[in-house]
Amino acid sequence: MDLTTKYMGLNLKNPIVPSASPLSKNLDSVKQLEDAGAAAIVCYSLFEEQITHEANELDHYLAHGTHSFAEALTYFPDVEDYNLGPEDYLRHITRMKESVHIPVIGSLNGVSTGGWIKYAKLIEQAGADGIELNVYYIPTDINLPGYEVENMYIDILKAVKESVNIPVAIKLSPYFSSFANMAKRLDEAGADAIVMFNRFYQPDFDLDNLEIVPHLLLSSSYEMRVPLRWIAILYRKIHASMAATSGIHSAEDVIKIMMAGGDAAMMCSDLLRHGPIRITEVLSDLMAWMQEKEYESISQMKGSMSQKSVAEPAAFERANYMKVLNSYKI
Amino acid sequence: MISSNFSTIDGNEAAAYIAYKLSEVIAIYPITPSSGMGELSDVWSSLRKPNIWGTVPVVQEMQSEGGAAGAVHGALQTGSLTTTFTASQGLLLMIPNMYKIAGELTPTVFHVSARALSAQALSIFGDHSDVMAIRQTGFAMLCSNSVQEVMDTALIAHAATLESRIPFIHFFDGFRTSHEVSKIEMVPEEIIREMIDVKLITGHRQRALSPDNPFIRGTAQNPDVYFQGRETVNKFYDNCPAIVQSNMDKFFKLTGRRYNLFDYYGAPDAERIIIMMGSGAETVEETIDYLKSTGDQKVGVLKVRLFRPFSIRHFINTLPKSVKKIAVLDRTKEPGASGEPLYKDIVSAICEVMTSDNPPFEKYPHITGGRYGLSSKEFTPAMVMGIYEELKKDKPKNHFTIGINDDVTFTSLKYNKTFTKENDSVFRAMFYGLGADGTVGANKNTIKIIGEETDNYCQGYFVYDSKKSGSTTISHLRFGSNPIKSSYLIGSSNFVGCHQFNFLEKFDMLKNIVEGGTFLLNSPYGKSEIWDKLPRLVQEDIIDKKINFYAIDAYKVAKETGMGSRMNTILQTCFFAISGVLPKDEAIEKIKHSIKKTYGAKGDEIVNKNFNAVDKTLENLFKVEIPDKASSKIELPPIVSLDSPDYVKNVLAKMISGNGDEVSVSEMPIDGTFASGTAQWEKRNIALQIPEWDEKICIQCGKCAMICPHSTIRIKTYDKKYLENAPAGFKYMQAKGKEFGEDTLYSIQVAPEDCTGCTLCYEICPVKNKSEVRLKALNMVPQLPVKEKEKTNWKFFSELPEYDRTKLNIGSIKDSQILQPLFEFSGACSGCGETPYIKLATQLFGDRMIIANATGCSSIYGGNLPTTPYTINIDGKGPAWNNSLFEDNAEFGMGMRLSIDKHYEYAAELLITLSYYLGEVFVTEILHAPQNTELEILQQRERISLLKEKLRGIHSRDSELLLGIADYLVRKSVWIIGGDGWAYDIGYGGLDHVLASGKNVNILVLDTEVYSNTGGQMSKSTGIGAVAKFATSGKANPKKDLGLLAMSYGNVYVARIAMGANDLQTLKAFLEAEAYDGPSLIIAYSHCIAHGINMEKALDSQKAAVDSGYWQLFRYNPDLIKEGQSPFKLDSKPPKIKFEDYAYKETRYKMLTKSHPEHAKYLLKLAQEEVNKRWKHYEKLEQEFAPEKDSKNKN
Repeated sequence: MDLTTKYMGLNLKNPIVPSASPLSKNLDSVKQLEDAGAAAIVCYSLFEEQITHEANELDHYLAHGTHSFAEALTYFPDVEDYNLGPEDYLRHITRMKESVHIPVIGSLNGVSTGGWIKYAKLIEQAGADGIELNVYYIPTDINLPGYEVENMYIDILKAVKESVNIPVAIKLSPYFSSFANMAKRLDEAGADAIVMFNRFYQPDFDLDNLEIVPHLLLSSSYEMRVPLRWIAILYRKIHASMAATSGIHSAEDVIKIMMAGGDAAMMCSDLLRHGPIRITEVLSDLMAWMQEKEYESISQMKGSMSQKSVAEPAAFERANYMKVLNSYKI
Repeated sequence: MISSNFSTIDGNEAAAYIAYKLSEVIAIYPITPSSGMGELSDVWSSLRKPNIWGTVPVVQEMQSEGGAAGAVHGALQTGSLTTTFTASQGLLLMIPNMYKIAGELTPTVFHVSARALSAQALSIFGDHSDVMAIRQTGFAMLCSNSVQEVMDTALIAHAATLESRIPFIHFFDGFRTSHEVSKIEMVPEEIIREMIDVKLITGHRQRALSPDNPFIRGTAQNPDVYFQGRETVNKFYDNCPAIVQSNMDKFFKLTGRRYNLFDYYGAPDAERIIIMMGSGAETVEETIDYLKSTGDQKVGVLKVRLFRPFSIRHFINTLPKSVKKIAVLDRTKEPGASGEPLYKDIVSAICEVMTSDNPPFEKYPHITGGRYGLSSKEFTPAMVMGIYEELKKDKPKNHFTIGINDDVTFTSLKYNKTFTKENDSVFRAMFYGLGADGTVGANKNTIKIIGEETDNYCQGYFVYDSKKSGSTTISHLRFGSNPIKSSYLIGSSNFVGCHQFNFLEKFDMLKNIVEGGTFLLNSPYGKSEIWDKLPRLVQEDIIDKKINFYAIDAYKVAKETGMGSRMNTILQTCFFAISGVLPKDEAIEKIKHSIKKTYGAKGDEIVNKNFNAVDKTLENLFKVEIPDKASSKIELPPIVSLDSPDYVKNVLAKMISGNGDEVSVSEMPIDGTFASGTAQWEKRNIALQIPEWDEKICIQCGKCAMICPHSTIRIKTYDKKYLENAPAGFKYMQAKGKEFGEDTLYSIQVAPEDCTGCTLCYEICPVKNKSEVRLKALNMVPQLPVKEKEKTNWKFFSELPEYDRTKLNIGSIKDSQILQPLFEFSGACSGCGETPYIKLATQLFGDRMIIANATGCSSIYGGNLPTTPYTINIDGKGPAWNNSLFEDNAEFGMGMRLSIDKHYEYAAELLITLSYYLGEVFVTEILHAPQNTELEILQQRERISLLKEKLRGIHSRDSELLLGIADYLVRKSVWIIGGDGWAYDIGYGGLDHVLASGKNVNILVLDTEVYSNTGGQMSKSTGIGAVAKFATSGKANPKKDLGLLAMSYGNVYVARIAMGANDLQTLKAFLEAEAYDGPSLIIAYSHCIAHGINMEKALDSQKAAVDSGYWQLFRYNPDLIKEGQSPFKLDSKPPKIKFEDYAYKETRYKMLTKSHPEHAKYLLKLAQEEVNKRWKHYEKLEQEFAPEKDSKNKN
């Protein structure tokens, strides 16, 4: 049975790729992911804020209160050299590469075209096989029109593409006026893959303390329906590979993504819940299903239920909405 | 000769550079102004920089200077090349070892940035009091007068000590030289090597203690031989001057810089000569050049370099034979002596040669002695001229002073104060800034750029005020083509930069500017309105002096470019853009180059941010058109309120306005005694935002007042009848609680001009506005718009009566905060973590409190002039405060206790003696009255008041004696306060002894885990893994558990507290500690600017420290044993978060992950293990300490 697939130019032994998560933070679990059957690993993200914030913070606090009082002109020893920026991250990428045989994809998370873009190059030099560019941006400025937000994505992607030779995937949210067009523009800007979608961790209210609190909820299976729909819609309309992330918890989920036209199915929440071994279970279920249904390969099913391939393309459009509403019986 | 290599450094770095390169062991202890030398050595050692022999010196911080001297002695005795750095009291603590080291003829150099000694007051500033106090130890003493000389002389000293075997003190003026940044020629390693004869090192090693070549040194000698033994060293001292001179000669050959044991400058046929040591001699040289140009030719200065051993021969050979009058200047005072030390040496030297067979002078020169420059008092060309003028007189004044107005014993010489002399070829610039705005940093950078990128010489000197929040800095910069000798502040300036607009109303800053000079103002006002916003005096100066006036809104540029409140890069760019010191484009390029160099290590982001600031500055800087006439109606406000006491108005106000030099001797107290409560008159207005009370949602918890570090949030409850004259808008609400009647009102009021805007009150407020949750019962609002309104409210509030203490439940936070704080408006850092504890103590016990305060932050914000925060209540009672030293504070406080107890005992004896007259019942009542509650203490006070009345009617010796001590029959509360540097390190021996004494003292340790006052050096309280000075690679050992050590005595009350984590536990601890009739120790977590935290969120740090289990809250109360209970109570809950989650919120821990990532991981692991281990131990203590069941049954 042939489970191979090609994602962002990388040949994968199967479609399951653990997405960026704390599981990639230590080499033991990285190794476990590989042993469990992961086809590639997206490393945890290097955040733009992390790089700039740490530098700013250190600069601020080392200078804070200095040269104010004759007896205490400074408060810290004058260390000439700081290990700022992404050194730890880069070292980790290198170590991951050394310890596994599957492709390692670095993840860069940010929203500006500032100096941090150069870390893409450094991630490449550290040995990554690809870069996943995660643009997590909440446009809260009421004066900011949508096209500027779209342009920002394109600019960041182009800047990164220009700086590296390894493939670049872009991970983003579905919240665009015209996501299909957005996907097309990213495709044209050189994206090697589009990862659908970023999960927005919506803040919650703490009613006891009247505070806004971050609240991380792991995904549930139904969430994969958003990527499922868009992959199905975009299949064969863009050149870039497509990966689904959010809510992929079972072999069935993987199969659906493949049938919609995805090249990789990314898992995270379920791996955090059950550990890397979950990949082995999903793979085995996948193979059992394929055997039962007599599928020979992943490529055979890829795109088989995309918008292009189904009898009722409207099912992915407004008609589906009407159907859903009407299907609910009181 | 080897090619030149210039660097722009300060005096401390110059000394440390040589000392480090020539040492193997460096034992240190921080003390201002010498700390920089030790700190640099520690950093170099952590960077593995080798000495000239290729090995990295060991740098070891000790627990005191006494300890450092002991370690130096030990290292020397075992053959290491060893050095230390110190000053002032530190040098005094080294004296015993110095006798030993000299007595054993051991080569070493101690580098000393000479500083004043604590006498009527402490002073951190420079003079020769310290070095003159060790001249008898047998150390040679070599003096440097400038930063260049510090480097050169340091090397000569190291070379000469090895050759002569005499240990050396190499000293230079504290601050004036130690902190002056100057461009100097570095001594390259080749020359250092050349100067040191390896054979001499071998000799030193061979004399060392070694079991392979055993001998005994340090014997005890008897009357038969000690004397002879003491005389054995004479020939070494006789040879020493020639050895020093030969090393100076060798140095000259290698570098071209000539030094002699005594150097003379001036006319070869001078008749009037000044003899002196130190940086002031540079000023005299300059003045001589000026006098020469005016035709006054016959003057000179003789600079003493080698003060000990004093070579009369070399001295006489240097002194021109033409001399008729000599003024010997000493930068020290020896009260009661027939003259100061250098003066007496010169008198005896001249006497010796004039009574010899071959007197060198035709006539006995007339010698006068004078004192100058104590505690860095300015020594200017005007003063030098005054001295030379005096020497023209037939009988010049002897034992004079110069630079002050002695209107008591009339020692001071008159001089022309308005005379200033500046070399026109030197560019002078002055900058007025705030500590927090980056002015000094910018100027230090400017000097570096000019020093290192141009051929110019440069000099920078920085003056700071003594406040730790909102402090003013004045920078003095000089640039010129020749080395700069002016060792005094700038008298007339080509450029003045005012980096804070409101300074225009505080300082007459244009008084120093030259005609046609350039004035740069940081102004929130643009081109069109700036002129009208200037005070009239400033407008007049600008017009009269034809000043080129430029302005920029630097805060705006800083904000726009992400620089926050630091304007260093912006203002530096302005200076270069308009001063003309360098061509503009070249200057900008050099600034950018320097930015890259300075911030490169901190990442591109920081570099780019600064680059951007440079570019934006140039876009925003503008020149102001000057009208013909001044039009402003803005006058300078009075310095202090017109309501303030005369002494404040007449004397302290001069200090506040920067004119303290004008205070005369008669205006100063004779014994260092000042009235309490003067800080209230110094309205500093440093807060940009202050809290505003929302009485509609306040729950009257009192937390805001409790945490307020500056006592500027106040709470009062009062009868509603007082509201009658309340100003409109004065806020109040019904007081909550059974203890208050229906007519009692409650108000929270801020002191708007004293608040520092730290926001801790807002942060701690537990209430949230239901309609807008960001709002609390206290909200920060801009100060300016509400200032006048709140000033009126504050005045009204202050005049409301204090609530009857006896009616309050002071065991509750709520009521305790209605008590009047007797510690208000200190100059501590904004958001200080220490002062809330002190304030609380004064609220609870202030009216009967005596405080012994260790030197450190708490003694500076507690007792540094011009104004001080300890104050009095309406009855004139309040904390009595004194600071003895750093090392002896526990003993100092215990002495107070002994004295007070003795007074009580004797008063009781006298009462009994006088009981016939006083009435036995009355006497018995006084002697047996309980004094545990506020009411009981009040009642005893009333009894004593009656007693005193009765005593006045009894005319006997006993009644008079009793009158003098009757007040001691009212219970007194002795508090011993200090930081961890004192309690864990230098004062631990004393602290331990006092704890063991069983005496009723209360010890409050304000634990910041570093020496905060001297800039964050490691103490034994520093946590494992934290970075501090002297622990650049992170502290390797765990924090000392002072609480556990104290508990081991069993009869000591011990509490570990953190107000920000548990305020009620804090309050309980204070009340229990004071109530306990024995020694009490409170260890208080004090967040600190030296932790590298957001001070506004400091309470989160306190909570995290407790939640992680690192800072266990507990109380150990021996009184509970009597009740059959365990004395120990763990007040913390089990750890909720990891140590990492606490520690890595603070730069002190976090920075290690950036500087030494792997080591940081290792230390973090050890730290967590230590937390776990200690927590386990503490968990068991309640049970472990519980008394045996038997004793329980007895109760």
